[in-house]
Amino acid sequence: MKKIGVLAVQGAVREHVRMLNQITDVQGLAVKYETELDEIDGLIIPGGESTAIGRLLRDFDLLDPLKEKIQKGLPVWGTCAGMILLAKKLVNDDTSHLGVMDIEVARNGYGRQLGSFETVVNVPEVAVEDMKLTFIRAPYVNSAGSEVRILLKVDDRIVACRQNNMLATAFHPELTEDLAWHRYFVRMVRGH
Amino acid sequence: MSERYGLNKNLAEMLKGGVIMDVSNVEQAKIAEAAGAVAVMALERVPSEIRRVGGVARTSDPKMIKEIQAAVSIPVMAKVRIGHIVEAQILEALEIDYIDESEVLTPADDEFHIDKTAFNVPFVCGAKNLGEALRRIGEGASMIRTKGEPGTGDVVEAVRHMRQMNKEIREVQAATKQELMAIAKDMQAPYELVSYVHDHGKLPVVNFAAGGVATPADAALMMQLGCDGVFVGSGIFNSGDPKRRAEAIVKATTYYNDAKIIAEVSEDLGEAMSGISAKSLDAHDQMASRGW
Repeated sequence: MKKIGVLAVQGAVREHVRMLNQITDVQGLAVKYETELDEIDGLIIPGGESTAIGRLLRDFDLLDPLKEKIQKGLPVWGTCAGMILLAKKLVNDDTSHLGVMDIEVARNGYGRQLGSFETVVNVPEVAVEDMKLTFIRAPYVNSAGSEVRILLKVDDRIVACRQNNMLATAFHPELTEDLAWHRYFVRMVRGH
Repeated sequence: MSERYGLNKNLAEMLKGGVIMDVSNVEQAKIAEAAGAVAVMALERVPSEIRRVGGVARTSDPKMIKEIQAAVSIPVMAKVRIGHIVEAQILEALEIDYIDESEVLTPADDEFHIDKTAFNVPFVCGAKNLGEALRRIGEGASMIRTKGEPGTGDVVEAVRHMRQMNKEIREVQAATKQELMAIAKDMQAPYELVSYVHDHGKLPVVNFAAGGVATPADAALMMQLGCDGVFVGSGIFNSGDPKRRAEAIVKATTYYNDAKIIAEVSEDLGEAMSGISAKSLDAHDQMASRGW
């Protein structure tokens, strides 16, 4: 049984937990205390507002312990706001949060809510079947370091990538019924 | 369900566990964002001032909304009068992230709410009970909030609305399938949505608390009652120390089950908004009774 935490300070937490709990031998659980970080085999940082999540991580002294765990190899997956939190650099913004992944991310890359969209893609490394992706006021990766492997581009913009134990997606697999990305992350956790 | 409606519902999902704050200018919007608000509601006067000033309350000046949009990176919402289609069209033209068809402003139509399916931008609407929530969702709202009694700093009405909603959801869930049409008739709510509540034991959209939240404890109370997040209107920028209060309410909303943390953040916040008892309001001063 692998325990995968979903960072529960703000955002779409329960959707990820629900998806994880549909996978055999995986238990999804919401985590919001430092001690809970010691009990998990992997962590999802969900969608939400990155400014709010970043602020709360600092206020409750979670930022540094979490950063250390990721640097020591804890498998982590950031979706949307989670991608922003993982990034080393943000476009037109001096702040960074966890700053562990060698990517530069553009926040609100597609503009306001009217720019939110769905699209269908195929990513052989993740699943044989086509997958529907949901982008909500989404970011994208503007540039990535040489250690970062690009998994998917949509309209020439990087929207999914991986660097060792870290996975980042600009979209929200937890809002669909398709478990492919969650299974992919579970494979990362099991391989760790 | 159209693709656009799904996207709009999902933006609300991303706001869960968060605090949406009323702001009247760029400076307040920046304070709200820095304090950890997940969105701001841009309006010229907060509800308590609307009560004080009286007269007709309308949608805000587009200039002020645009300034706030330019100043923050979090979603920006704004209010329109109940039934005021053109105010909503204006906000859509401004590419607002969420429209609140709100009883806080003076209703423009005493019979009909806006057909929200005619818009691409999402709508949040207030509700006092399950039937009202399902009627608004039937019209196309992709997010619901309690009405509470805005601008009072008195949380009692928001609590009443949330408890009422929870009670009715439990009743619908416990009913047999055979009873659902009669329930839909009594509630004056679309049958399909009553069915959804029966099957899932919850609303088909996110449900926030609003109307009278003034302290971190109020916010945590509404979260413990099952709200997905909290709107704070007059409670922050009418208080003695808005920045500290905003931060404290954000923290209490995240750790709403942790009394130690709520106690800690409630310390030394300065004066809360003075407030008025919702029970002392005359019937014509009650905003919650606007709309149906």
